[in-house]
Amino acid sequence: MKTASRLEKILESGTFAVTSECGPPRGADPQVIREKGELLKGSVDAINVTDNQTSVVRMSSIAACVILKEMGFEPIVQMTTRDRNRIALQSDLLGAAALGMNNLLCLSGDHQSFGDHPTSKNVYDIDSIQLIQTVHRMREEGKFINGEEIKTPPKFFIGAAANPFADPFAIRVPRLAKKAAAGVDFVQTQCIYNMDKFREWMKGIVDRGLHEKVKILAGVTPMKSVGMARYMKKSVPGMDVPDEIIQRLKDAGKGNAAKEGVKMCVEQMQELREMEGVAGVHIMAIEWEEKVPEMVKDAGLLPRPEG
Amino acid sequence: MIIGHRKPLEEILQMVEPFDKIALIGCKGCVAVCAAGGEKEVGILASALRLARKKDGREIEIKEVTLERQCDPEYIEEIEGFVHDYQAVLSIACGVGVQYMAERYKEIPALPGLNTDFMGGSEEQGVWVEKCQGCGNCVLHLTGGICPITRCSKSLLNGPCGGSSGGMCEINPEIACGWQLIVDRLESLGLLEKVYEQIMPYKDWTTSRDGGPRKIVREDMRE
Ligand code: SF4
Repeated sequence: MKTASRLEKILESGTFAVTSECGPPRGADPQVIREKGELLKGSVDAINVTDNQTSVVRMSSIAACVILKEMGFEPIVQMTTRDRNRIALQSDLLGAAALGMNNLLCLSGDHQSFGDHPTSKNVYDIDSIQLIQTVHRMREEGKFINGEEIKTPPKFFIGAAANPFADPFAIRVPRLAKKAAAGVDFVQTQCIYNMDKFREWMKGIVDRGLHEKVKILAGVTPMKSVGMARYMKKSVPGMDVPDEIIQRLKDAGKGNAAKEGVKMCVEQMQELREMEGVAGVHIMAIEWEEKVPEMVKDAGLLPRPEG
Repeated sequence: MIIGHRKPLEEILQMVEPFDKIALIGCKGCVAVCAAGGEKEVGILASALRLARKKDGREIEIKEVTLERQCDPEYIEEIEGFVHDYQAVLSIACGVGVQYMAERYKEIPALPGLNTDFMGGSEEQGVWVEKCQGCGNCVLHLTGGICPITRCSKSLLNGPCGGSSGGMCEINPEIACGWQLIVDRLESLGLLEKVYEQIMPYKDWTTSRDGGPRKIVREDMRE
């Protein structure tokens, strides 16, 4: 074991892992996080907390993760390179480790033009791959970016995002290889709807043996409605929603789309569990956390290992 | 070249509001090429200002001059003979020119008639695009001749991000994804496999704006 992470332990043991995520509130009330956490109790192995997702100001990921940790969860701190330079990033890495965080997900982050402060400046002093390198070097060599020694280096289990559907297609697999070379331990993928394309990507990963270096957690999001599916297809960059998905939700009939969406998600998890190289699932039930326990149960993924 | 575009007439009128006699100075350099601040644009802006002020019942006297360049003290000197007869200089050079005016003629307000935008070139008639951010440490030999710092909206050195879609950037479907262009170009050079998986190291930004105002001293050229 490289770290004290419970997620690492579960993945190393070969257990099919289940992670989920919580979007923190746009306010200072810790209760919101506690309530969301409560819904996930016993159903997941670790919980991501997003870092000002879609560039909207929210409670900091580290702070919300500490609240979840107090509840007995294993949090995954998300960190984007959009808002902080290498000084601030490294400082927060030290702080997160000091507060008992074991997992760190490295992201470049959505551009600020999507968010609630589109007139702000972005930073991008370093990118997500360089952040992986930074966290890895801290753990393995005990050094800062400038090469100086860290007295008590943080030891994170290092994650990143992977989008099997984004362009250019030619580098979808090489990009994961690059993240692996930078030192990533696990990736959580973009929500998968196009299973054929995902399978093709996974094959590329397995052919290169990358799944042995990097644990792949397949991302799923249950569709709530036909409207949501259409929106995701049309307006979310890097999202691949095949027409059959929309059709199936439509065919379910009025009032039944949400139920069908959950059912589709469960089937998908069962299929993913059998797929070579897939080490777990990451459930992103956006503002629908209450559905997670049911889906995990129906997918046959309960009980979760004791940690 | 440096690309700029004229400020809205309303804003310029507000700037010149306190004055009755101004010198409007154009530049025959970059901003003339991008049709924002050359001789022709000096004429157009002068007429527009005169007309608007006439309508207001407060006529304005405008001296129209276009200099060879405004980024060189030698040319700035050319207006010494008459500039003191005017209450303000309205420069439609880039921000560099405006500052040269301000530095040379300390008692005369220097007003910017343009918004200076970027370093770039023309794409087609009437369209200009940004190509370089002047980071002071060129990496184009490593990225297929396409600048990731300028042409990726996040300046990713190890891109693309997950938002690249159909060749376009996540921030705007009209902006090409810089990393799609880099990957395509590396592919056509037969370099993709060799180059793409090499991790680009942390950038040293000291040569960029982050290192403070920059200066180049060429000892071999100094007198
Ligand atoms: S879509 Fe392309 S250009 Fe836009 S931020 Fe991502 S990598 Fe950069």
